Amino acid sequence: MRYPDDADRYATILKDPRSFVVSPNLADYEAARSAFSWEQARAALSGLPGGDGLNIAYEAVDRHARGPRANRVALRWIGKAGERRDYTYGELAISTNRFANALQSVGVKAGDSVFILLGRVPELYVGMLGALKLKCVVSPLFSAFGPEPIATRMEIGDARVLVTTEALYRRKVEALRERLPKLECVILIDAEEDSERTRSWRKLMQAAQEIFNIAPTDPRETALLHFTSGTTGRPKGVIHVHEAVVTHYATGRYALDLHDGDRFWCTADPGWVTGTSYGVIAPLTHGVTNIVVEAEFDAPSWYGVLAQERVTVWYTAPTAIRMMMKLGADAVKDYDLSALRFAASVGEPLNAEAVVWGVEAFGLPFHDNWWQTETGGIMIANFASMDIKPGSMGRPLPGVEAEILRRKANGGIETLGAGEEGELALKSGWPSMMRGYLHEEARYRKCFVGEWYLTGDLARYDSDGYFWFVGRADDVIKSSGHLIGPFEVESALMEHPAVAEAAVIGKPDPIAGEIVKAFVALKLGFEADELMRKDLLGHARKRLGAAVAPKEIEFRGNLPKTRSGKIMRRLLKARELGLPEGDLSTLESDER
Amino acid sequence: MTDAEIRALILELICDIAPEVDPASARDQDDLREIFDLDSMDFANLIVAIHDRTKIAIPEADYNKLFTLGGATAYVGEALARSAARAR
Repeated sequence: MRYPDDADRYATILKDPRSFVVSPNLADYEAARSAFSWEQARAALSGLPGGDGLNIAYEAVDRHARGPRANRVALRWIGKAGERRDYTYGELAISTNRFANALQSVGVKAGDSVFILLGRVPELYVGMLGALKLKCVVSPLFSAFGPEPIATRMEIGDARVLVTTEALYRRKVEALRERLPKLECVILIDAEEDSERTRSWRKLMQAAQEIFNIAPTDPRETALLHFTSGTTGRPKGVIHVHEAVVTHYATGRYALDLHDGDRFWCTADPGWVTGTSYGVIAPLTHGVTNIVVEAEFDAPSWYGVLAQERVTVWYTAPTAIRMMMKLGADAVKDYDLSALRFAASVGEPLNAEAVVWGVEAFGLPFHDNWWQTETGGIMIANFASMDIKPGSMGRPLPGVEAEILRRKANGGIETLGAGEEGELALKSGWPSMMRGYLHEEARYRKCFVGEWYLTGDLARYDSDGYFWFVGRADDVIKSSGHLIGPFEVESALMEHPAVAEAAVIGKPDPIAGEIVKAFVALKLGFEADELMRKDLLGHARKRLGAAVAPKEIEFRGNLPKTRSGKIMRRLLKARELGLPEGDLSTLESDER
Repeated sequence: MTDAEIRALILELICDIAPEVDPASARDQDDLREIFDLDSMDFANLIVAIHDRTKIAIPEADYNKLFTLGGATAYVGEALARSAARAR
């Protein structure tokens, strides 16, 4: 998505940090950048006792549980029916210890992959942090995924343990267990008893000790596996290490302006990287109270949470903000949101209208920031103290060097200047940089030229050093802030016996950014009618789940292809949008 | 329309959006988004479809009254009754 005129259409939102009641952590951008070093950022964390390395769970839980924050609420969970449960840092330390011991009691070891397929329930947080204590590789999956995305990711990630619910297991995993020979242990959080192939969370936890000592942890040991999508091939398992916590902490401080005593709410699901880095790790490492809301988006109940919980810092996403805009600023007026100090957004570029609407509705602009699964943490942001140019993603964090590059034909790169459009690139070396795509070394290496990580996002920066998103360099689809790989969707469609060809594009949508739209050519003898459309839609939804499956399916007699037989998604998209068709020299077989 | 007809219509419209579901399994207290795996986009499309078929207006602020099958049936029934009363 692109908002080329935003820079002209919207006035800069000026800030006067001296007037703030809470003085921002980053008061002077240039000064903070020049004074910053990652070594110093690391020194703000505790490290394991005895100099035994760095473990995310220790920084997030144990170091607070052993100090004056032991009785502070670490997690306030608000269930679907409005029920609340609080976990202090002290209690969270005990339950995560128990889960680490429980895993150990069933033979799970450091380095084993623990997948978690849960809604936003307390066990998700206990499971993730407990497994990190045992030095397992934790991979949280979005519970709205259908069976196919779940099985694919568990296959790639060599899942040994799965933590889920009885219902999710029966509906989405049980039938695919044959595909997952490495999956030895399935723990069901709501099962009273063990069964032949599953174990009861409750029983395991009851039998587990409350004390657990984290083994020495090399900061470079793998901690998290998050999945993301490219244009082609299977999803990519992005490897992050324990050291990433240094970025989570530093960006929580600068980009989210977390202060001691804050009540923080990140609305993202931990099945996506934002919900883990900022819905679990960053707030807990800061020792603040982290609000967790189980229910899905609903504007009035969200305003209720902001008001009742006296949320001070709020991190949300463009799709939700645009849905709130539809409801109108008046709907906010009945709620006392005086505690709210800072609001941020991530997932896709936040359009300037939405940034400014924040001022109208909440008295605060939304601070857009930019990062991706591979970067592990916020890289470019609008800071509390800094003037906002609505529509811009802001400026690079202290410790982050960003440039706009162009790849040259000889494999090299050239650095572009202010105002020029090119690929956004980051200089390697920040702690939460991905350390690989699991089992895909070549694909990983392709992301780098020399010391530069190329992000796949096209952008430019202006004469004040503010970065502006231009578009994607590839065909991945961004729907409600989630990356969806066209190949994964096309593969599911191709499994249907009637489908000869399928191509999937992102179709612009005013709320979701893009929606998944599929073009399908049927095999001879099949009728392209409404019945078939529904059959395909149901087929795709059953395999992929609502978050990944197409929202629209359109039939074609033939899809446009290159001489080598590659379907030209870009051409389909240009035609869908009524845009110029571009270079058609490689087009061999056009659509009908 | 009777409540039973409204209920059947809502389930029919859900089957257009999510053809894979078994509408017979729905109970009135169930959250439609949960049992039928409807994301926010699907749910918004359902609201549009209900509007197209019944002509009742459903403001965004009321969306949460339609999250359950029973709630949606009652909401549509009451809105239809109100517009019928106005017409008289």
